[in-house]
Amino acid sequence: MKLVIALVVLVVGSLLFHLWSPWWFTPLASNWHTVDTTVDITLYITGAVFVIVNLFMAWAVYRYRHRPEQRARYEPENKRLETWLTVITAVGVAAMLAPGLVVWADFTQVPEDAAPVEVVGEQWQWSYRFPGEDGVLGEVAARHVGPDNPFGMNPADPAGADDILVSSNELHLPIDRPVKLLLRSKDVLHNFAVPQFRVKMDLVPGSVSFVWFTPTRSGRFDVLCMELCGIAHYAMRGQVIVDSQADFDAWLAQQTTWADISSQPAGDPSAGQQLYATCSACHGPEGQGNAAMNSPALAGLEPWYIQRQLRYYQQGIRGTHDDDEYGKQMAAMAATVATDTALRDLSAYIASLPAANSDATVEGDPARGAAHYNTCGACHGVRAQGNYALQAPRLAGQQDWYLKRQLAHFRHGIRGAHSDDNYGHQMVLMARSLQNEQSINDLLAYVNTL
Amino acid sequence: MQHTALADQTLELHDPHSFVTKYIWSQDHKVIAIQYGLTAVFVGLVALVLSALMRLQLGFPDTFDFITPGAYLQFVTMHGMIMVIYLLTALLLGGFGNYLIPLMVGARDMVFPYMNMLSYWMYLLSVIILLASFFVPGGPTGAGWTLYPPQAILQGTPGYDWGIILMLVSLAVFIIAFTMGGLNYVTTVLQARTRGMTLMRMPLTIWGIFTATVLGLLAFPALLVSAIMMLLDKTIGTSFFMPALVSLGENLDYTGGSPVLFQHLFWFFGHPEVYIVALPAFGMVSDVLACHARKNIFGYRMMVWAIVAIGGLSFVVWAHHMYVSGMHPAFGFFFATTTLIIAVPTAIKVYNWVLTLWQGNIHLRVPMLFAIGFIFTFIHGGLTGLFLGNVTIDLPLSDTYFVVAHFHMVMGVSPIMVLFAAIYHWYPLITGRMLNDALGKAHFWLTFLGTYAIYLPMHYLGFLGVPRRYFAMGSTDFIPESALSLNASITVSALIVGASQLIFLFNVFWSLRHGEKAPHNPWGATSLEWQTPDVPPKHGNWGPELPTVYRWAYDFSVPGAERDFIAQNEPPDAAHPTSGELGGAS
Repeated sequence: MKLVIALVVLVVGSLLFHLWSPWWFTPLASNWHTVDTTVDITLYITGAVFVIVNLFMAWAVYRYRHRPEQRARYEPENKRLETWLTVITAVGVAAMLAPGLVVWADFTQVPEDAAPVEVVGEQWQWSYRFPGEDGVLGEVAARHVGPDNPFGMNPADPAGADDILVSSNELHLPIDRPVKLLLRSKDVLHNFAVPQFRVKMDLVPGSVSFVWFTPTRSGRFDVLCMELCGIAHYAMRGQVIVDSQADFDAWLAQQTTWADISSQPAGDPSAGQQLYATCSACHGPEGQGNAAMNSPALAGLEPWYIQRQLRYYQQGIRGTHDDDEYGKQMAAMAATVATDTALRDLSAYIASLPAANSDATVEGDPARGAAHYNTCGACHGVRAQGNYALQAPRLAGQQDWYLKRQLAHFRHGIRGAHSDDNYGHQMVLMARSLQNEQSINDLLAYVNTL
Repeated sequence: MQHTALADQTLELHDPHSFVTKYIWSQDHKVIAIQYGLTAVFVGLVALVLSALMRLQLGFPDTFDFITPGAYLQFVTMHGMIMVIYLLTALLLGGFGNYLIPLMVGARDMVFPYMNMLSYWMYLLSVIILLASFFVPGGPTGAGWTLYPPQAILQGTPGYDWGIILMLVSLAVFIIAFTMGGLNYVTTVLQARTRGMTLMRMPLTIWGIFTATVLGLLAFPALLVSAIMMLLDKTIGTSFFMPALVSLGENLDYTGGSPVLFQHLFWFFGHPEVYIVALPAFGMVSDVLACHARKNIFGYRMMVWAIVAIGGLSFVVWAHHMYVSGMHPAFGFFFATTTLIIAVPTAIKVYNWVLTLWQGNIHLRVPMLFAIGFIFTFIHGGLTGLFLGNVTIDLPLSDTYFVVAHFHMVMGVSPIMVLFAAIYHWYPLITGRMLNDALGKAHFWLTFLGTYAIYLPMHYLGFLGVPRRYFAMGSTDFIPESALSLNASITVSALIVGASQLIFLFNVFWSLRHGEKAPHNPWGATSLEWQTPDVPPKHGNWGPELPTVYRWAYDFSVPGAERDFIAQNEPPDAAHPTSGELGGAS
């Protein structure tokens, strides 16, 4: 009897849960309303079957519960009933399958006017490439990938020169224009998914897959990697910003082409040395950092990291939070390095300073810290040497009090929470995996040994 | 018929002479079954603890210091692999298959007892290798239970070195073990059935186990070759699954391989694997339902053909796991169609279970509670399969918690409900003692209601778009705070369900000594395993003479019969009439 009540309650409860659940598909932001319709058809048919079969079973358990002197009916088969049930089921299944196949046919047929955009996935970032004026994406290959050529552009292919390279997790798309995303991975499997667009597809190294849709709602949407891609899978996030055509065009015009990037001159360290005079007051003549001035070490940091951080300070992405006292000071100083050339020269000089170890100020157990460092090492390197491919700076030799403060800043959203801080948001997630001060001290004690 | 020759011989039957040959290096299918069962339950408990750790992180992120992102992935991976392969496959086939096949078909033992023994020891070896990976540098692999390359063997994934190698070696050893056991099961069913046990008189349990074993023998080789190929990619630098790529900024030497090829091989095994687990469960639950409803299984022949049809179709649906894998999208049409066709025989099975209850005389004993609970959870899990199998609906739901909820409902909770039904049902035969009823009922209610409280809400996280295999959700624009509290409630339910399994374990071990002595054939079952001269059956099962079968396994409540069941080996007479073509004597 209890079982009968339980079955009925579960059926009714499931229906009520469904009706009252605040958790349902996000509002649609693409042309794929047909996907939602297919879901609805299946939901109604399966929902009806769920209710009918379970209530029938509950009734049978109630009606035919054991009673003394009762015997079950002996009925091995009932061809007629079995045939009818088979036919009805087949019809129901066909009613669900048919619309699914029709919508899938649309999904496989990319409209002729869909604009091609390449999405590049790598551990654990997104970047994007537009074909430029010629409408053709230049050839790429893994063997060309390097610090100066993160997209792996083939320098010999003229079609690539005008390709627009977006080295950022943020993609802009124009509203109401169909777009065909060409999906490419540099390392492992990834999956480009925006829940509001309803469609997703894996990125497979060695081949190019695709997905198409038409954004129909302007706004900012999260891109999530939905294929397990390693330790920081959950931190591999990007954004799609759906703009008006005019805003999109303006954004695209600001992006750099492969020709721009490949013709950039290298930074000049001797010119950078002049600029560094301002920095040395706080960061020290050898870039060794200064605890009294709350200045971290700069020696050992690579140019791409110095440049990005200075730009972040200049653009208000870093050093604007009320609780970031020293960051605000730095933002004022960063404004003095105004031009791209100055940035390149300065960072080239800093890169030439010899990296040295800093004095330990934090006490902890390096052996325990080593276990925590496993997570960090995936990006920052097993020797904490940093890795351009992951946009992860060098940690070895850095002042430990500075690392500790930055971990706290990431954890509390003082750093890395800005929507344009494409790499900082990963550190927000990572810093939260350390729960207490002892763990952080252990970790830093280990980093001090590297 | 050839098998009568075996029946008439008085064979030596590798009789055990010492404790060691009786319980350790035993060749008796019943002892081997118990060895398989205990080992599987032990690793299953490890996997249960891993799932609790994983749920703690999901329900209460930023709380547990020792659960790092890497450790979380290792928990997920090992939980999944252990549950699917080392618990479910081993317990259903190595455990129940071994115990029930010879007894239900009326044989003295498996056809190849020595190989049967080797099968268990190879299985144990595979478990030891698997567990060893927890203690090697880098720990066990965290590549997800699907072990997709390239990431499974590259830096950036936990256990990319020792962990993955041990996992692949362990799988290869497991497959050897399974093959030795599987050949035995198939041969025994085909060659060692007793007099009168025609194929269409076999209990559905045997049909389920037999078909599942055939699937396993055909499907596991695909996993074996992919494991070997990945081992070669990892150790000597071949490029079966590895294209030219840049790993963490470093250009590697691989070139020209295909990651999607691995997925095809994996799922060519992986989808039949679902049915390797499901079909024995389908079979066993059919027998439990019929017995405790005192009614013949409805539509026996249709049930047999449904098992065979599902088994056959399961080999042509594999790429429904790969709709968004980047394979050519045109495959979607074919695989969506085959996948939804498989729903028809599956639905027929569900109807027939429910119609078995209809007009029955239902005893709601503990095994029956679990069996009916199974029907409910299986209906739920089966219906959500119609979402994911339909290629278009897979677009929004693939790789979300909807998938996790679906497959746990259909191949986690459902087969485990059957396993519990089976343990409560056959425990008296295996041990000669009854399990405690009150503890059994408490175990049922906590497990049945608890798992539903875990998995029903989880589907809705999937509708929302919450991705699976995320260490933490962090902040997004589209996931509301309420979804995070939903996760906390799921975790609480999971911990309760996990803890309630202790009731079951206690019951199993306590009743071994203190349980009520089981009467002969306590449930009034018709099938042969309950008709042995001794309970528990002795070595050789049948005493001096093998039983002869006169009827099918479902002569419950036959009109005109004295009792409400007639055993399969009961010759037809006035008190034991025959009824209809299925029950007819030969």
